[in-house]
Amino acid sequence: MNCTLDHVRPEEIRSGEPDEVLIELLGITKTYGQGASAFQALLGIDLRVEEGEFVAVMGPSGSGKSTVMNLLGCLDTPSSGIYKFQGVQVERLSRDQRALLRRHFLGFVFQGFNLLARTTALENVELPLLYRNQPASERREAAGQALASVGLAGWETHTPAELSGGQQQRVAIARALVTQPLVLLADEPTGNLDSQRGREIMELLRSLNRDRGITVLIVTHDPDIAAYANRIVRFVDGQIESDTATQRLR
Amino acid sequence: MIWNSLVIALKQMERNVMRSFLTVLGVVIGVSAVITMVSLGNGATKAVSDQIASLGSNLLIVMPGQRFGASRAGASAPSFKISDADAIRSQITGLKAVAPAASDSVTVVSEGKNWTTTITGTTDDYFTAGSWHLSSGRTFTETEERAGKAVCIVGETVRRNLFGTQNSIGSDIRVKNFSCQIVGLLTSKGQASMGRDQDDTVVMPFETFQRRLAGTQDVGTVMVSVSEDRSTESVQKQIESLLRERRHITGDEDDDFNVLDTKEIAETMSGATRVLTALLGAVAAVSLLVGGIGIMNVMLVSVTERTREIGTRLAVGAREHEVLLQFLVEAVTLSSVGGLVGILLATAASALLARLMQVPFLFNLQINTVAFMFSGAIGVMFGYLPARRAARLDPIEALRHE
Repeated sequence: MNCTLDHVRPEEIRSGEPDEVLIELLGITKTYGQGASAFQALLGIDLRVEEGEFVAVMGPSGSGKSTVMNLLGCLDTPSSGIYKFQGVQVERLSRDQRALLRRHFLGFVFQGFNLLARTTALENVELPLLYRNQPASERREAAGQALASVGLAGWETHTPAELSGGQQQRVAIARALVTQPLVLLADEPTGNLDSQRGREIMELLRSLNRDRGITVLIVTHDPDIAAYANRIVRFVDGQIESDTATQRLR
Repeated sequence: MIWNSLVIALKQMERNVMRSFLTVLGVVIGVSAVITMVSLGNGATKAVSDQIASLGSNLLIVMPGQRFGASRAGASAPSFKISDADAIRSQITGLKAVAPAASDSVTVVSEGKNWTTTITGTTDDYFTAGSWHLSSGRTFTETEERAGKAVCIVGETVRRNLFGTQNSIGSDIRVKNFSCQIVGLLTSKGQASMGRDQDDTVVMPFETFQRRLAGTQDVGTVMVSVSEDRSTESVQKQIESLLRERRHITGDEDDDFNVLDTKEIAETMSGATRVLTALLGAVAAVSLLVGGIGIMNVMLVSVTERTREIGTRLAVGAREHEVLLQFLVEAVTLSSVGGLVGILLATAASALLARLMQVPFLFNLQINTVAFMFSGAIGVMFGYLPARRAARLDPIEALRHE
């Protein structure tokens, strides 16, 4: 399918290819640097993720788990291989088209939160909507609802510096949710939090997955965190070592 | 779309008040320095040319001595005599007025008040040649001039200092050892830019000056006013050859006198002030450049935070050109605000300084425009270009920027 996202409404992609797998990676490689100093982060990855899954990507440092996450999020481009998002070949898209794909279908949660400094929680959550040309009143309402859904009603006017780490991560999750994405990508979302805050964040992600049907992919090296997922993909040295479903439901 | 970027950019600036302020400060100082310097320079140039114009139009000033000081070994040039002025008047056509003049610094007294001023002995032609007008009274009569009567016409400064609000026409002032009746008052010409007060003067008939004050027959200068339809250059040449003949200068000997064309002086002087203006402007331009470097510094210091901000914006789905537009708007807005504040500051400062320095205040549209454009260019260069580099990164690289 030769898709130009510029001309396709988000709704059409969402409903237009019902038979397509949500995410499909075929022979993805990623090499950093060139020549002798080149480092192969991914050595041919094949991965399918269906809509509604909750996948944990695990592995030691340098195993390529973050790299694959960034590729899935279109934040980075693979060196070779095919990445299909709902049947659309992402590596064929232009930079701007990938930006639109992020804008309409993907939500990100980072280990370091990446909130804008000196900017209130509400405005941080509003940020993705600014690029959707929505009227200010709609933006504010949607952002307020997203904040409420992560349990931060009443914290709208606080800046990141005035919030705890757990609260900042909740703001970041609200920012990812406010666009109603198909997929939520979280790279070590609990990495900077204590275990109690980490569990709360994971509960939140799981309820989003269960109640709203949002596909969630998280990267973690913590088995307790991974246990919230219903599928665990283990990376070792740039390759998938194992891919197991967990039936465990807390 | 542009509106959206404007909103985003303004929000971002509001959140970083201190950074925005520091960024703008450099531009404000640079722009206002350039404009103030150039405006004052222009004002000074105008003051000089105004002053020279107030000497009289089409005016030639004939003085003994060489133009560039170095006279022939030992011998100082002989003064003119009244006959030289008469010769010029009778032998050269197309002259409106020929006024021999001699001056001296004298203290004048009236009812116990002293005032030291310059007394000029001359003829009625002096008023024509020097574009003087009388505010009241009359000029000298032929009889007074011929007989060397003790009458005088005083300038506004002298009148004010000796008589204040009192009527002065008909009063006597004491000059050295004789009394002199005031028959007229000169209309004020105002202060000249070099600090010389043109109104600080007393004029009396040449004959009176010679007999009662100077005691010599010397004429200091001869002022020659040329008719409008004649070129000052040709009259200048004629006077030169006439005087060479009268002073027995032959062949390739240098003149021992000088015929100055006020137009020439005006050109020389305003040329000099123009050079000065350019110099001041150049110094001020350096401060504008330093202001630009200030912006660059602030921008570079914040580049890590900004790069992460760009990464975040790209990650949530901003397209490259949307991010760039935001930063462009931000840069242009900041530097335009800086430029505008700078212009306002400069206008206030130059108006004030112009008053203090007693030069006219001129609003120079050209330099205002140039300084404003330049501040905009600086903003774009130092604010936008680093942002463009960041926006072209893959989002993940921007996010990881340390």
